[in-house]
Amino acid sequence: MVQSQQESETLEPVAGQSQSDENVLAARNLSVWYGNFRAVRDINLDVKRNSVLALIGPSGCGKSTLLRCFNRMNDLVLNSRVEGQIIYNGTDLYAPSTDSTEVRARVGMVFQKPNPFPKTIFENVAFGLRVNGFKGNLQEAVERSLRQSALWEEVKDRLNSSALELSGGQQQRLCIARALAVEPEVILMDEPCSALDPVATLAIEDLIRQLVAKYTIIIVTHNMQQAARVSHETAFLMVGEDRAGYLVEMDATDKIFTNPSHEQTEAYITGRFS
Amino acid sequence: MPRVDFERDLRQLQDDLLFLGSMVEKAIAKALDALKRRDFSASQEVLEEDNIIDRKRFEIEEKCIDLIATQQPLARDLRILITVLHVAVELERMGDYAEGIAKISLNMGDEAPLKPLIDIPRMGELAAKMLRQSLDAFVNRDIVGAHSVSEADDEVDALYEQVYRELLTFMIEDPSKVKRATYLLWVSHDLERIADRATNIAERVVYLVTGKLVEMKTSKY
Ligand SMILES: Nc1ncnc2c1ncn2[C@@H]1O[C@H](COP(=O)(O)OP(=O)(O)O)[C@@H](O)[C@H]1O
Ligand SMILES: [Mg+2]
Repeated sequence: MVQSQQESETLEPVAGQSQSDENVLAARNLSVWYGNFRAVRDINLDVKRNSVLALIGPSGCGKSTLLRCFNRMNDLVLNSRVEGQIIYNGTDLYAPSTDSTEVRARVGMVFQKPNPFPKTIFENVAFGLRVNGFKGNLQEAVERSLRQSALWEEVKDRLNSSALELSGGQQQRLCIARALAVEPEVILMDEPCSALDPVATLAIEDLIRQLVAKYTIIIVTHNMQQAARVSHETAFLMVGEDRAGYLVEMDATDKIFTNPSHEQTEAYITGRFS
Repeated sequence: MPRVDFERDLRQLQDDLLFLGSMVEKAIAKALDALKRRDFSASQEVLEEDNIIDRKRFEIEEKCIDLIATQQPLARDLRILITVLHVAVELERMGDYAEGIAKISLNMGDEAPLKPLIDIPRMGELAAKMLRQSLDAFVNRDIVGAHSVSEADDEVDALYEQVYRELLTFMIEDPSKVKRATYLLWVSHDLERIADRATNIAERVVYLVTGKLVEMKTSKY
């Protein structure tokens, strides 16, 4: 009863915001401040359901900052402030009534460096479920997540070994399994392959392509080829005169990489960026 | 300016392509001239020079593949390389048609052409002009110029039709002329194909500039 009351509050559509069902997330006039410094400025974009959106742009243009807005991770940063809106399935993520813990369960995150807990493989995946008071069959849920992250075959015989014994690529897939365990709708990935070797990188990319049937993925990457390989749409951000990051253009990935509309995008992706 | 070496390689590649274009243009003119003057050694030279054209095409193709593999070109760079790759193939095929004309001339041997060559050299000039225009459009990234190439193709088609009807009449009137008429028909067909390929190059220029793959005009033949 209490639960459903809370649900109806959190999922209340934003007045005047019509959002088509095909978009799961949207940023509306979004700016993020760290103290007096505006890190990103007036971002407007839509994220299509069951698609991969790549965020590209030079270091410091605010890709991570923008990404963290989609699950309110920035709340955890002292002095940070968000202006504008993030709309998630028609509701305003930053509305006072929205429960940020619930948001983070629906919108999971995978980081640059694989960061498994110093616990067993099993416990790493089970962790989020336990925290969320999961009542179902833990064994099954862990196996399902490990299968989804294409790790099951490699670890099924050593679920009780330490996660730290896994290779970097396996650790990253474990972190993805951990994010998947709580059945999110969206997965945010911040340069998930930058610490991995090429083979492990391609394995993660394969995984991304499989996951998109069920999830929506937003990925920050420095690797143009990776963005081109895995994403459906690509957003290019740049740093403005005021040092705030802004969206230069967002378009279908093949368009961005074969014939972008903006000269700045062209310069960046072809390595003529100074 | 970053990527200095890559920029230089891209420029070099485009220069190579234009060089290939000029070789092909010369081959067309030489093949027709040799046909007209019944100069067998000149026709023979066209055959030999076609080997150089073939080699140049592969050289360009290999450079493109090399740059695609090593430089991960994107956007305009990628479009340039894809365009050069296609245009090199088109040019080489045009060279083959010039070679075809040279072979026909050699096969004709001592037989005089069925009729004085008037429309055929005219077709040859037009086709060569289309080739030049298509390469100019490539150099200048000029879509308007590219479109005028495809318009000129109509003229070549009209001439081809005229030559065809005329030769057909000869053949119907006097079956003993079929062989000699067929030689000239083949020549005009080769020229018609050269003009079509110039239009293909023009289409590639449109791609280079706009990123769009379009068919400009379907030739009647
Ligand atoms: N916690 C923070 N406190 C203050 N400034 C920050 C913080 N995080 C990021 N920034 C600044 O915000 C800008 C954008 O950073 P970030 O989002 O990490 O960019 P990117 O991921 O594109 O490299 C940078 O100028 C960075 O220094
Ligand atoms: Mg970052």
